[in-house]
Amino acid sequence: MGPVRAAIVTASDRAALPRRLPWTLIVFLILATVPWLGSRYNVFLAEQIIIDALFAVSLNLLLGTTGLVSFGHVAYFGVGAYVCGILMKTYGVPFTLAFPAAGLGTAAFALISGYFCVRLIKLYFAMLTLAFSQIVWAICYKWNDVTGGDQGLPEIPYPHLDWMSAVPGLTDLSIGDRFYLLSLVLIAVSLAVLHRIVRSPFGRVLTAIRDNPERAGFIGVNVRAYQLAAFVVAGAFAGLAGALYGIFSRGVFADYVFWSKSAEVMIMTILGGMGYFWGPPVGAAALVWLNQEITDYTEYWSFVLGAILLLLLFAFPGGIVGGIDTLWTRLRNTRRA
Amino acid sequence: MAPSFLFSQFMGGLTTAMFLFLIASGLSLVFGVMRVINFAHGSFYMIGAYLAWQMVEWLHPSGEAFWPAALFAALGVGALGAVVERLFFRSLYGREELYQLLFTYGLVLILGDAAKFIWGTGQLSVSTPPVLAGSVQIFGTTQPLYTLFIVAIGPAIAFGGWLALNRTGVGRMVRAAQMDREMLGALGANVGTLYTGMFVVSAFLAGLSGALVTPVQGIVPGMDVLIIVQAFIVVVIGGMGSLWGTFWGSVIYGEVLSFGILIFPGFSLFSVFALMAVILIIRPWGLFGRPL
Amino acid sequence: MLEVSGLNKSFAGFRAVSNVSLTVDTRQIAAVIGPNGAGKSTLFNLITGHLRPDSGTVRLDGRDITGAAPHRICRMGIGRSFQRTNIFQKLTVFENLQAAFIVHRRRGRNFWARSDALYRDETEALLASIGLAGAENTIAGTLSYGNQKQLELGLALASDPQVLLLDEPTAGMSASETHETIALLERIAAERSLTLLFTEHDMEVVFQIARKIAVLHQGQVIAEGAPADVRNDPEVRRVYLGHGLVHTQ
Repeated sequence: MGPVRAAIVTASDRAALPRRLPWTLIVFLILATVPWLGSRYNVFLAEQIIIDALFAVSLNLLLGTTGLVSFGHVAYFGVGAYVCGILMKTYGVPFTLAFPAAGLGTAAFALISGYFCVRLIKLYFAMLTLAFSQIVWAICYKWNDVTGGDQGLPEIPYPHLDWMSAVPGLTDLSIGDRFYLLSLVLIAVSLAVLHRIVRSPFGRVLTAIRDNPERAGFIGVNVRAYQLAAFVVAGAFAGLAGALYGIFSRGVFADYVFWSKSAEVMIMTILGGMGYFWGPPVGAAALVWLNQEITDYTEYWSFVLGAILLLLLFAFPGGIVGGIDTLWTRLRNTRRA
Repeated sequence: MAPSFLFSQFMGGLTTAMFLFLIASGLSLVFGVMRVINFAHGSFYMIGAYLAWQMVEWLHPSGEAFWPAALFAALGVGALGAVVERLFFRSLYGREELYQLLFTYGLVLILGDAAKFIWGTGQLSVSTPPVLAGSVQIFGTTQPLYTLFIVAIGPAIAFGGWLALNRTGVGRMVRAAQMDREMLGALGANVGTLYTGMFVVSAFLAGLSGALVTPVQGIVPGMDVLIIVQAFIVVVIGGMGSLWGTFWGSVIYGEVLSFGILIFPGFSLFSVFALMAVILIIRPWGLFGRPL
Repeated sequence: MLEVSGLNKSFAGFRAVSNVSLTVDTRQIAAVIGPNGAGKSTLFNLITGHLRPDSGTVRLDGRDITGAAPHRICRMGIGRSFQRTNIFQKLTVFENLQAAFIVHRRRGRNFWARSDALYRDETEALLASIGLAGAENTIAGTLSYGNQKQLELGLALASDPQVLLLDEPTAGMSASETHETIALLERIAAERSLTLLFTEHDMEVVFQIARKIAVLHQGQVIAEGAPADVRNDPEVRRVYLGHGLVHTQ
């Protein structure tokens, strides 16, 4: 193991960032004003970012908090997207039911798949998550009757958001903007819940498991049960993110579930900093923005992504937030000295 | 079902199997010694294919240059492996396995686009070397000579590898490293050189298989990703780090794929991953592997 | 009362533990001694559920706990410290103990409460009693070896065990540190009415506080009883001849 001052810090908020400012509230308010202050393109970008943020934070519950390396997290994103999409498009179920159903359905799938995965040690765990993820992909790709096969499910309807006309200030917004605001609220609530979970006694036990699973067993922790619980929670929230994504991108397609997306979300998480709760959202924002900027200039986005990944691994293992944290601590120390 | 048809399917499966074995053997080797899955192994394979095409272009597009081109390609990829291991991979050894895995994935991204940049996105092909360009009739089916060559090479390499591992001094070290790396270092063996060596051999094998596949398959971007997933499945079935495991894993994979398609056309895509999942659930270390 | 009877464990033909029987009475301090490779750690692992015995039983107050999972055995009241310090390296000292308290008090299923200050008082009290007062915010991995061993003990105690198994509690310590540790152990055992079973290499320690000693050699118990009897046992002397065990004083 590397030096103790490793990049991976515990989930308990050890960030030396100025605490006095309510950062999350400020960011939320800024995001909320995008439909008015920004263009349709900005709304599109913002929605992409917040959905990916939720997806990445759900992965980090496994990766950063519990120490479970899952290469198949996109499976849950995909299941959520398909469940919500199928319910809304094929069966005309309203969003208010389809959305929680997506979460529950994904949680059920996570319970079953997770049961098998947590029984395996690190490497095999990662491979089985990958195998399950590809099985989901293969099913989505081939099951024409239900999932639309390789054609997918285009034109998922928007939820009924006419009631927003009654709210002052929201009357003139397009349906896309309204959905963005709805997503923002749902994602904010989800993140708040996840934050609570990470800081709870349950979360503390998870960090102990990450640190030393054997010792955790000897202080009375049923390690597998806790890992499975984390797996289900992470899967459920990934499913919710997927459900929103299906509506946002006006369709659900099999390539949403391809394993390269699992790699992408993992890179986002590490780019932001997997030792910090708000690392993954920062990573999501950075990656989505970078992607947009770079694909304007070149088609070699993979190369850039690979280079960023290598840079992270060799120079900035703590990610963006980790880098800021280190910088801030150093500044504070020099100021004191 | 006519026996000749069955034989044809069988040979098809065997060909796939032997190609996969050539590639997967390197992956399994690196894992056995270094305990790391090299995602970039598929990229090495792809670069081997491109390099072979390139050499054929430069030397003599008619096909006589195939053998030196294949050798050059394999050596080239071996050299690439040496550079990657020495310059980058080395510094990640003490770190978490996740970082090592992600590094190899980063390589996949970089090498994939590099190949696209150098050779474009179109499909390239190499003609079969004249000496193997014909075919023979066996059991009422027409088998291309080149296919038979590949089917023969698989077991040859497996046997050669087995000999190397069990009858040479270096092989002994490799087997010792597979069992206990720390001990080996403590005994004074130069573990660093061993790792580099293993990585280079693995890359060489990947490059060679890439070169050898070119007469049979088109060279396209994305072949790196396609092959690594299959190599992965093979190594899981057979058992990480086991040479014979990889061999038989490839055969099982090849034949399941070949005959599975007959029973149920959509079968193959789903079934291979299902097979992988089942093996991981029941016996994670594969048919021939050892519990970690 | 901890009762081990007829435990057997082999690894690929090698008999690590062979027909071991041992009883530790409630509130007794007992020791298991033996040369390296005698099977002491294996015996502990068998008791705490880390290994399943091939045959034999382990009973706690009459209740059969043979082969149960480690976390259940912990819940039943057996605590353990490890020879190589086995703490949560990257968590702070406070977080280390807090985790143990959370699990012991069954708050681990609580997804909602804020855990920042949970069990702070209990942790501070425990730290004070084991001599680590004030170290709450130190990252466990940065502690000195001796302090890590103290934290190791703290972790075992946080689960409020009735029986405490200590694997070489004074390994790697200087003479003065050893004295301190032994005094600490005696005090804590008395305060908490603990049953103590420990393994040791240091014979001074063993003869100082143990009321019962079992001697393991090549997986078998070759002597068991009061310190004086064990000291004079011919078999024990034969095995340890040259190991400096027997002090003729």
